[in-house]
Amino acid sequence: MASGTDAHAAGHAGHGHDDRHEGGEAHGSMRGYVTGFLLSALLTAIPFWIVMGDVFREPTTAAIVVMVFAVIQIFVHMIYFLHMNSKSENGWTLLALIFTGVLVIITLAGSFWVMHHLNTNMMPGGQHDMEQMR
Amino acid sequence: MTPSPVEESVLFGRLSLNALPLHEPILVATFAAVAIGGVAVIGALTYHRLWGWLWREWLTSIDHKKIGIMYVILGLVMLLRGFADAIMMRLQQAIAFGGSEGYLPPHHYDQIFTAHGVIMIFFVAMPLITGFMNYIVPLQIGARDVAFPFLNNFSFWMTTSGAVLVMASLFVGEFAATGWLAYPPLSGIAYSPGVGVDYYIWALQIAGVGTLLSGVNLIATIVKMRAPGMSMMRLPVFTWTALCSNVLIVASFPVLTAALALLSLDRYVGTAFFTNDFGGSAMMYVNLIWIWGHPEVYILILPAFGIFSEVVATYCGKRLFGYASMVYATVVITILSYLVWLHHFFTMGSGASVNSFFGITTMIISIPTGAKIFNWLFTMYRGRIRFELPMMWTVSFMVTFVIGGMTGVLLAVPPADFVLHNSLFLIAHFHNVIIGGVLFGLFAGIAYWFPKVTGFKLDEFWGRISFWCWTIGFYVAFMPLYVLGLMGVTRRMSRFEDPSLQIFFVIAAFGAVLIAGGIASFLIQLVVSFRKREQLKDTTGDPWDGRTLEWSTSSPPPAYNFAFTPVVHDLDAWHDMKKRGYVRPTDGFMPIHMPKNTWAGIVLSGVSLICGFALVWHIWWLAAASFAALVSLAIIHTFNYARDFHIPAADVTATEAERTKLLAAGA
Repeated sequence: MASGTDAHAAGHAGHGHDDRHEGGEAHGSMRGYVTGFLLSALLTAIPFWIVMGDVFREPTTAAIVVMVFAVIQIFVHMIYFLHMNSKSENGWTLLALIFTGVLVIITLAGSFWVMHHLNTNMMPGGQHDMEQMR
Repeated sequence: MTPSPVEESVLFGRLSLNALPLHEPILVATFAAVAIGGVAVIGALTYHRLWGWLWREWLTSIDHKKIGIMYVILGLVMLLRGFADAIMMRLQQAIAFGGSEGYLPPHHYDQIFTAHGVIMIFFVAMPLITGFMNYIVPLQIGARDVAFPFLNNFSFWMTTSGAVLVMASLFVGEFAATGWLAYPPLSGIAYSPGVGVDYYIWALQIAGVGTLLSGVNLIATIVKMRAPGMSMMRLPVFTWTALCSNVLIVASFPVLTAALALLSLDRYVGTAFFTNDFGGSAMMYVNLIWIWGHPEVYILILPAFGIFSEVVATYCGKRLFGYASMVYATVVITILSYLVWLHHFFTMGSGASVNSFFGITTMIISIPTGAKIFNWLFTMYRGRIRFELPMMWTVSFMVTFVIGGMTGVLLAVPPADFVLHNSLFLIAHFHNVIIGGVLFGLFAGIAYWFPKVTGFKLDEFWGRISFWCWTIGFYVAFMPLYVLGLMGVTRRMSRFEDPSLQIFFVIAAFGAVLIAGGIASFLIQLVVSFRKREQLKDTTGDPWDGRTLEWSTSSPPPAYNFAFTPVVHDLDAWHDMKKRGYVRPTDGFMPIHMPKNTWAGIVLSGVSLICGFALVWHIWWLAAASFAALVSLAIIHTFNYARDFHIPAADVTATEAERTKLLAAGA
């Protein structure tokens, strides 16, 4: 919302003398954006080709390959458009990314594990069990 | 399943005159008292022509100090409401024996324990903690405000809107009767068709926006706005704990938002995420809510640990023992707090392997926490301890919290938990750590920083009475609950059959009365201190021989905090400056660039409140209109470019000359 401009004003307000532009806040170059765009386009086109052209025949293989391209795509976006690197903001962005990654993995993996156990132990079984009960 | 069992009108949704609880004498009397009090306050403000002042100086203020004070006031007001709920429960349980129904019907009693939990966590502990972080963090890092001052004001008002919505449920309709986490399927539309759960959902969603944004704000402040020379390993411990606490807020509150959003979809549009039928799983809600809920308890306790660290170092006249280990312990707790959530539902049936994993991670958390206790003890060892109020709270905390921690480790053992879960033992445990940890920390912090905020110290006599009432009252109120829990008495009961249990509940109720005495003495302490403010005046800005930067400026600090941004050379920057014979600059001041007040925060939050109320009562036209207004007002606010101004150098010089005079008079 309105926070963007506010941040700017506050940054000045907090430090009357604004001499602390730390870290290389590189806002990207034309070349970086074009590279990123071409890579993204390519990484989108290939999965389309895989699916439309029915390249692998086996749907599972195709799905896995498409997922791999999706993950690569995420990294391309982060590097070329979000300018993630180990130096930006003195490494704070990278640290935040790693922290978020760890938490997301813990939360997802933990939830799958926990919910799998709960489902197996606690939920009324599927058809198979129902038949046994009868 | 229809989303609404009652008649709905287009104009008023589910809202009708029947929603007013006129048949409940307790509520009518409360309403009368609140109405008379409210009219008196409004009358006084009008008579003294204070509305303009209130609007300009406080409500629209984006000064982090004033917002911090407003957070603390909100927290204290809500503490009175939450405690009123507590003492009503204690009274009910003390008398509802041997066929007596007590004085509260079960449906009302259920709402009271739900409201007590929700209010104490979300609208007492959170605002108080956030208020402290808001006030102290920028001062400790030598900054002039937080990173996003407008956002700060907006966050505060969103939190207040949530609190107002909870309070409104007292007199218009009802509150949830589901327990403070509103587990489905009980909180689903099939079993809770009324408005109670909807009040719960929207109050938490609105307040959650405020909490999340304030978390973002404080992280940015601590990461980007530290004074020159203040590296991360020179941050005061309170600021470190505030950083970790806010990281937890930003990481965990979205999970709460998502879980509540799914629950509201179940209730409003008939989805089946957590329902009994159509493939829903209520267990998923419990899983999600505790992924937020466990980090939440560390969000509350970490800043309290920070307060104790500042207090111990100051009142022992020593550098904190093991600063680095304190920082690492805090960071380790931050990460581990994400690995333990299942211990809240060991008994839900996930089996031995899952339970052992989470039992062990839970026990591991006690290691960094224990390290902290030893750090405080070693700081006291051979220190020149001054037993002022904050130090008394700290010692009481250490004893009480260790007991609470040990019962916590006991509960972390899954087989023991199978016996003790859902019992009063659990209730005693978490009150033991929340009162003994968070609340004692907040009282230590209030006594410690009060002179900084107001310019005068708190009255010692009434402070001691409050301290002893709270400490003794806590033990009298909660030790019987441990015993009852071990005997197998479950929580949330509104009456009992076995008369031999009654004596324990009577003792617990007496403890609650002692705590009431503690709260009353605290309020008296505020009044007495205000009346004796000339005697208790702090002219130095550093009444306790402090060690961190907030004590280097005047009490209360000027709007710009520091005339010149301090330069930091060591941990405990102010202690270091004093030691090296720091001379306060008295001329050469420059104009100071500051952010301007804005109406946007309070207005946007007010509109959100209307939107929330409309959603609770299914008044769809109002919900749509207020949401549209919310979006347009936010857009309009982005066109406001007059956001900053300069305090002229002459004003700064005048303020600083005033302080020079004060310091000379005090010396």
